[in-house]
Amino acid sequence: MTTPTHVVSTGADLFADAVAAQAVDVTRVDWRPPMAGTEADLATVAADPRRRDANERALAAMLGVTATLVDVAPASEVLGLGRGEFLHAGPPIDWARTSGPLRGALMAGAALEGLVEDPEDAVALFESGSSVSLEPCHGRRTVGPMAGVVTPSMWMFVLEDPATGARTHCSLNEGLGKVLRYGAYSPEVLTRLGWMRDVLGPLLQRAVRTVRDSTGPVDVTGILTQMLQMGDEAHNRNRAGTLMLLRDLAPALVTSGGDATDVAEVLRFVGGNDHFFLNLAMPACKLALDAARGTPGSTMVVAMARNGTDFGIQVAGTGDEWFTGPAQVADGLYLGSYGPDDANPDIGDSAITETAGIGGFAMATAPAIVRLVGGSVPDALATTRRMHEITLGENPRWTVPVLEFQGVPSGIDVTRVCRTGILPQINTGMAGRVAGTGQVGAGLVTPPAEIFPKALARLAELARS
Amino acid sequence: MTTPLSHVELRPGAYADSVTLLQVSRAVQGLDGVLAAQVAMATGLNVEVLTEMGFEVPAHATTNDLVVALRLADGDALEAALAGVDRALVDANRRTTGTGGSGELAPPRTTATALRGAPEGLVLVSVPGASAFVEAMDALDAGCDVMVFSDNVPLEQELVLKRTAAERGLLVMGPDCGTAVVGGLGLGFANTVSPGPVGLVAASGTGAQQLLALLDHAGVGVSSALGVGGRDLSAEVRGASTREALRRLDADPAVELVVVVSKPPADDVADELTSYAATLGTPVELALLGAGRPDLTAAAEAVLARLGREVPTWPVCAPSEERTATPGGVLRGLFVGGTLASEAALLAREALGEDAGHTFVDFGDDAYTAGRAHPMIDPTLRLEHLTRAGADPTTGVLLLDVVLGHGSEPDPAALLAPAIAAVPQPVVVAVVGTDADPQGLERQVRALVAAGAEVHLSNAHATRRAIELLEAAR
Repeated sequence: MTTPTHVVSTGADLFADAVAAQAVDVTRVDWRPPMAGTEADLATVAADPRRRDANERALAAMLGVTATLVDVAPASEVLGLGRGEFLHAGPPIDWARTSGPLRGALMAGAALEGLVEDPEDAVALFESGSSVSLEPCHGRRTVGPMAGVVTPSMWMFVLEDPATGARTHCSLNEGLGKVLRYGAYSPEVLTRLGWMRDVLGPLLQRAVRTVRDSTGPVDVTGILTQMLQMGDEAHNRNRAGTLMLLRDLAPALVTSGGDATDVAEVLRFVGGNDHFFLNLAMPACKLALDAARGTPGSTMVVAMARNGTDFGIQVAGTGDEWFTGPAQVADGLYLGSYGPDDANPDIGDSAITETAGIGGFAMATAPAIVRLVGGSVPDALATTRRMHEITLGENPRWTVPVLEFQGVPSGIDVTRVCRTGILPQINTGMAGRVAGTGQVGAGLVTPPAEIFPKALARLAELARS
Repeated sequence: MTTPLSHVELRPGAYADSVTLLQVSRAVQGLDGVLAAQVAMATGLNVEVLTEMGFEVPAHATTNDLVVALRLADGDALEAALAGVDRALVDANRRTTGTGGSGELAPPRTTATALRGAPEGLVLVSVPGASAFVEAMDALDAGCDVMVFSDNVPLEQELVLKRTAAERGLLVMGPDCGTAVVGGLGLGFANTVSPGPVGLVAASGTGAQQLLALLDHAGVGVSSALGVGGRDLSAEVRGASTREALRRLDADPAVELVVVVSKPPADDVADELTSYAATLGTPVELALLGAGRPDLTAAAEAVLARLGREVPTWPVCAPSEERTATPGGVLRGLFVGGTLASEAALLAREALGEDAGHTFVDFGDDAYTAGRAHPMIDPTLRLEHLTRAGADPTTGVLLLDVVLGHGSEPDPAALLAPAIAAVPQPVVVAVVGTDADPQGLERQVRALVAAGAEVHLSNAHATRRAIELLEAAR
């Protein structure tokens, strides 16, 4: 037999030393015990004969999806959302357990839909619960940033995978500060939402349809590819992406026949809102991850989402089941005079970007935001590298120049999280804990550790049956 | 006036492997004012050891807690000793992470990520048994052969590993595989031998090492020694890895003769193995140990005979002063090698009869290694037992093994010699090793003989000599 040229030593360093002493290359694994109590479930899942193939298929399915922007239309049309039906971010929740920002957003939504005159009156409406219903965005092929509240009259981006025709949706981004998704519901918030419904939505629809029908739909995946090279990580920084989208839509907006003042206002609004593209990045990520959803035996995470109270994950091998724990408060920087006491626990479906390998996972590519989210450039490089420890593979399409064009870490593996104790890193905005406050800061957060052993236990149970 | 101080503290969430902690404990033991020090994970066995040492370990300690137990000349030494513990832990950690050759990058945390960059490799897993399977599956998933040194791996996990490997044409050495030589590269506890015409398949780590040492002394080289784990020839595992190992050695043009060495296999598995061996192009010598079967030394002699080599005189070194066995005493065998212990027990039973009160302890047994380094690395438990056995008036003769090679402690004789010198009984030692081993065979033998031990290269001969000494005292 030939002499091995390379040995991986996992465990006692002494044996690695002995190999090195015989002049053979050694890679030393910095092994640590897994999360408490997970050994037996880890072994059961590792022994599942479906696992390796299922994970390969789940990862390939996710990486195989491309997202194009095919339409902009009201939620009532594209989601079949009826009067009194509200979508929200994160796992399912009832009104009694909702946090301040989700409450504020629902109150704003109720006022926008004309269910109440004054947002304050919506509290009684939701408490009675008779004519309203709450449902996670994820259940309707949708993702919502922060509170993620979607009401029937809100306009939605419609993304499609040209290969399969599968679709996902997301509302239009309102900008920063006092906005519905951060739980603000003051008159200015409702005025802006009214303008988005009456002016922005219809004009975007015309432009998107014109582009789609003339030169083909905007390639959202392609824009993501480029923006990652341009210093956006596509969660907390979307400046390049927003401007590329505007470049693709501007001519059609101008020739849409809309009032010139309105067109100018749309261009100013989109161009002045660095987060506008986030609402395309998110459904693009969901489109990719949904392709992996429902792969029996796969340990890959297909969604991470928070409702401001609970943090939940869904896994490819466990259907639409949520594994939840208490959402954490982010660690980061605060706007103005706000401080940690003002922040609500983590909220929003935007962690779908990290689930797909961008956002916090692609921090290394976005040096401009590392300070905003409380870190240094070396920290950002280390974060992206660390995320490779808990993922099944890399995305050859989305690469990081400063890491020798290595693909972003893709396909969070529940078993690797439990084995290493490394939690997914999420870049996030922070909402005020009191309804009506709006944004108070931005920072870094991780899921509650216990949800991964919970998901693992379910995977083990399914493997045994 | 100063009073000794005992200090015990738990550090939850800290982890280091048992070898590292042994090194840390030794470093702290060497500090001024430290009378005794143990830094270990709070496994059942370690808590027992600490309790025996007189430390009180908090009842809520779990296997995930690191225990720092210090006995100090006086309270003034505590601060410096704790600083010493921290320094030793940091130093040990730096050694672990600093030599990975990956520059500024953090080392990989799982076998899977380690293999992502370099899939052409062989994997050596020595993590605690409860986690070994998962790491080994990473190796198989990446298409790599794997040696599982870890013991305490459940049988059903071994079956899954070997079934998976068979489907993919891969080799699983182990679990509980202490020794392998793959194309000349020693893994685990392996002696340094010259390449040569023999290929070994071993369901017995120290059995393989005894053959490597004896063949080396006879001038015969071994090109590969593939360990398969002690259970491979059981009725459940049915030689899954032995078959793959035989197939590989059969395909190796350098191998002229294959030797299978194993503890007693299941009868029908031995039959299956014999039939399979007959289908190979390379001749196969089966050295399956058991009552009425040849011992390892006889097996080595049979190999030499089949190769047409001369059988040498197996070396013996006697001390200048002979000790007399306690009349009516029993033989106490204290072993680090499981197969060497079984071989000695078997020979003693044949010569002295069943139930004669003779004891043969294998300190490498699973019961002694949960959360503790193997006795070839950590001699503490055996040294304690050696001193205790020496003080026991019923002990007639002491029989020990010292196993050299890569992976074993750097100077086993240095720690054993004072203990041997201190006991009154005759001590017979089998030193399993080669001249090229890092510890130096000759140096080890010299130190043991100087301490009063009679030293053999053959474990069977050492055992027979111990029996002879015992009988002479009757």
